[in-house]
Amino acid sequence: MANAFKTFGPPHSNQSARQGQTKSFTNVGTSGRVLSVLGGAALAYYGWGRKQSPLGKSLATAGGYLVLRGTTGFCPFNEVLHVDTAHPETQGFEVTSSVTILKPREEVYQFWRQLENLPRFMQYLEDVRRTGPRRSHWVAKVPKNIIYKEKLTTIEWEAEITHEEENSLIAWRSLPGSEVENSGEVRFTDAPANRGTVVQATISYRPPAGAAGQLAARLLNPAFKELVKQDVRRFKRLLEAGEIPTIIGQPSGRKDENY
Amino acid sequence: MKAICWEGINKVSTERVPDPTILNPRDAIVRVFLSSVCGSDLHLLGGYIPAMRSGDIIGHEFMGEIVEVGPEVKNLKKGDRVVVCSVLACGGCEYCDREEYSLCDNSNAEPEWTEKAYGYPVAGIFGYSHALGGYAGSHAEYTRVPFADNVCFKVPDGVSNESALFTSDAFPTGYMAADFAGIEPGDTVVVWGCGGVGLMAMHSAWLLGAGRVIAIDQYPYRLEQARLRANAEVLNFKEVDVLEALKQMTGGRGPDRCIDCVGMEANSTGIEKVYDYAKQYARLQSDRPSVLRQAIMACRKGGTVSIIGVYGGLIDKFPMGPAMNKGLTFRMGQQFGQRYIPKLLDIVARGEVDPAYLLTHKLPLDKGQEGYMMFKEKANNNMRSVFAPAG
Repeated sequence: MANAFKTFGPPHSNQSARQGQTKSFTNVGTSGRVLSVLGGAALAYYGWGRKQSPLGKSLATAGGYLVLRGTTGFCPFNEVLHVDTAHPETQGFEVTSSVTILKPREEVYQFWRQLENLPRFMQYLEDVRRTGPRRSHWVAKVPKNIIYKEKLTTIEWEAEITHEEENSLIAWRSLPGSEVENSGEVRFTDAPANRGTVVQATISYRPPAGAAGQLAARLLNPAFKELVKQDVRRFKRLLEAGEIPTIIGQPSGRKDENY
Repeated sequence: MKAICWEGINKVSTERVPDPTILNPRDAIVRVFLSSVCGSDLHLLGGYIPAMRSGDIIGHEFMGEIVEVGPEVKNLKKGDRVVVCSVLACGGCEYCDREEYSLCDNSNAEPEWTEKAYGYPVAGIFGYSHALGGYAGSHAEYTRVPFADNVCFKVPDGVSNESALFTSDAFPTGYMAADFAGIEPGDTVVVWGCGGVGLMAMHSAWLLGAGRVIAIDQYPYRLEQARLRANAEVLNFKEVDVLEALKQMTGGRGPDRCIDCVGMEANSTGIEKVYDYAKQYARLQSDRPSVLRQAIMACRKGGTVSIIGVYGGLIDKFPMGPAMNKGLTFRMGQQFGQRYIPKLLDIVARGEVDPAYLLTHKLPLDKGQEGYMMFKEKANNNMRSVFAPAG
C-alpha cells in the first residue's frame, strides 16, 4: 500500500470566497499582528533604554521591525517562506493511497461507483444517498473534539460526481457551502500479469476557515492520512475477503475492554 | 467460559471471560476439545514478542467441534469435528491464491503492527500477539474462528482427536520445513530441534524421500523420541562438536538439507551463548540465532537451509559470507497450513504417521501455568502439554 501526502492551496483563479478581490499584501494573521505590535513595542522600549550597547541597538531595531510588521500586516520573511497566516482558509490537505485488489476492474469500479457502498468501508461515513444522476447526500460522524474521540457529531453535505470514466475513474466533490469542503478521485487500472486491479484513491479536504479550523486540521492531519490508508485497505478487504476482519467484541481477560 | 490468559513474562492465569460470539459473517464458533502449547508460545512467555497485552487469551494449535456458524459459512455445520489451522487466511487475496496462506493480505485484524515492522502486513494467527491480529486464542472452552471455511478442516472418521490435533500446526509446519528444504531422493537431512515441529519435520523428510535424517538437541529424552519415533540418528550439541560430527557423518561432504526448527531462542554453548544472551538482554538484538548460524556453517555447498523456527526481529553476526560463497538456498516462513492439512489428515488416517505421541500431558484449563512451566522447563519428559477444556 503506497501513501503520498502533501498540503496544497486552492487554484488561485476561481476560489469563490475571494472572487473579485485583488490579492491582499497582508500575510500575517490578526493574532500575529497584535503580538508583533505589543512584543515589538516592548523590545524597542527596552532596547532604546540601552542604545549605547550593541545588544540594545539590535533589540531596538528588531522591536521596530516587529511594530512595522504588526501595523502593516506584511512580513517579508513570510513572503519569502510562502507563509500566509492571514489567509489560513487557503490550507487544505490531500492524501493518496494505493492498493491492489485481486478482482476484475469492472467489479472493483462498480462497487465504488455505487456510492451507497462507501460507508461499508469508510469508517466515519454514516450514509450516502443518491439524490440525482450525479448528486448525492453524504452524512458523516466525526469527532467533535479531537482530543476526546468518543464525542461524535454529525455533519452532512451534498456532493456531485465531477468526472467519470467507465471502469477507470471516478471523481467527486462537495458542493459549495459545505461545512467541510472535500473531494475525491479514484483511478482503477489493471495490475500487471492478471494480478487484479490497482486502486489509487486521492482524498482531499479543506477544514472550516479560521484559526480553530486550522489548528484542528493540523492536529487531525496525521490521523486523516492514516484514516484514508485504513479505509482503502478496508475496501480491499471487503472485496477480497467479503468482510473486514475484526477483534472488537471478542473475549479477553481484560475487564475494561471488549477485544 | 474459562480461558488461559497471558499476564506477563512467564505468567499465565486461567480466567473467567465472556463466551465468544459470531462477529463477522464468515465466523464459526468451535467448542475446543484439545488445545496444545507450542514452542512458539515460549517466545510469548519469555516476553520476546512485543504487542502482547495482559489478558490476551493464548493458544493456537487446536481441534474441536463446530457449535455455531455465521451466515456466510458454506461448508461447515454444527456438530462437525474439525481441526483448526493456527494461521488465518481469507482465501480471496493474491497470496491465498498462490497458496501462501501465512502471507494473507487480509486476515490480520491489526495490520499496522507488521506493516510498520516488516514493510507489509502478514496473516493473523490465533493467540499470537496483536502484531499477528490480536485474535483470542484456543486455550478456552470456545474459540471464534474467522474465515471458518478456509481455516477449519473436517477430521476423517477413525482419526482420534489426539491424532488430529497436531495437524493444526506442528505437522504442517514440520512438513512445510521439509518441503521447503527441497529434499531430493537419498539426501541427508539435518533437523535442529526435537520438539513437536522438529519431530514432524523428520517424519516429513522421510515422506519426501530423505536417505538419512539426523536430529540435534540437548535433551536426551527428546533425542530418544527422534531416534525411536522418527528413525533419526541423533547428536547432542552439549556433548559433541556439531559441525565436526556432521562432517564426519557425511564423509566430509556435509548435509544436503538443513532445517532450523528452533528459531529465536536457540541455546548454544561457550562464548557464543554468552554473547547472544547478553545482546538479547540489552535489546541489541531481538533474537538469538545460534542454530541458524550453525545450519549455515554445516550445510554442504549448494545445499538448502529451511527456516521454520520463529524469528521476530533482528539478528546479529549472520554468516553471510559462508552462505553466499557456498551458494546456499534459503526458504522460510510461517506455515502455509491450508496447503498441507488435507494431505496430512490423509497421511494420519492411513496410519503412516501418528503425531499423537507428542501429547505427553493432558491437563484441564485450570492448570495453565503448570502446563506451560512443565513445557518450558522440559520437566517430566514433557513433549507437549495439551489442555482439554471438557476433561
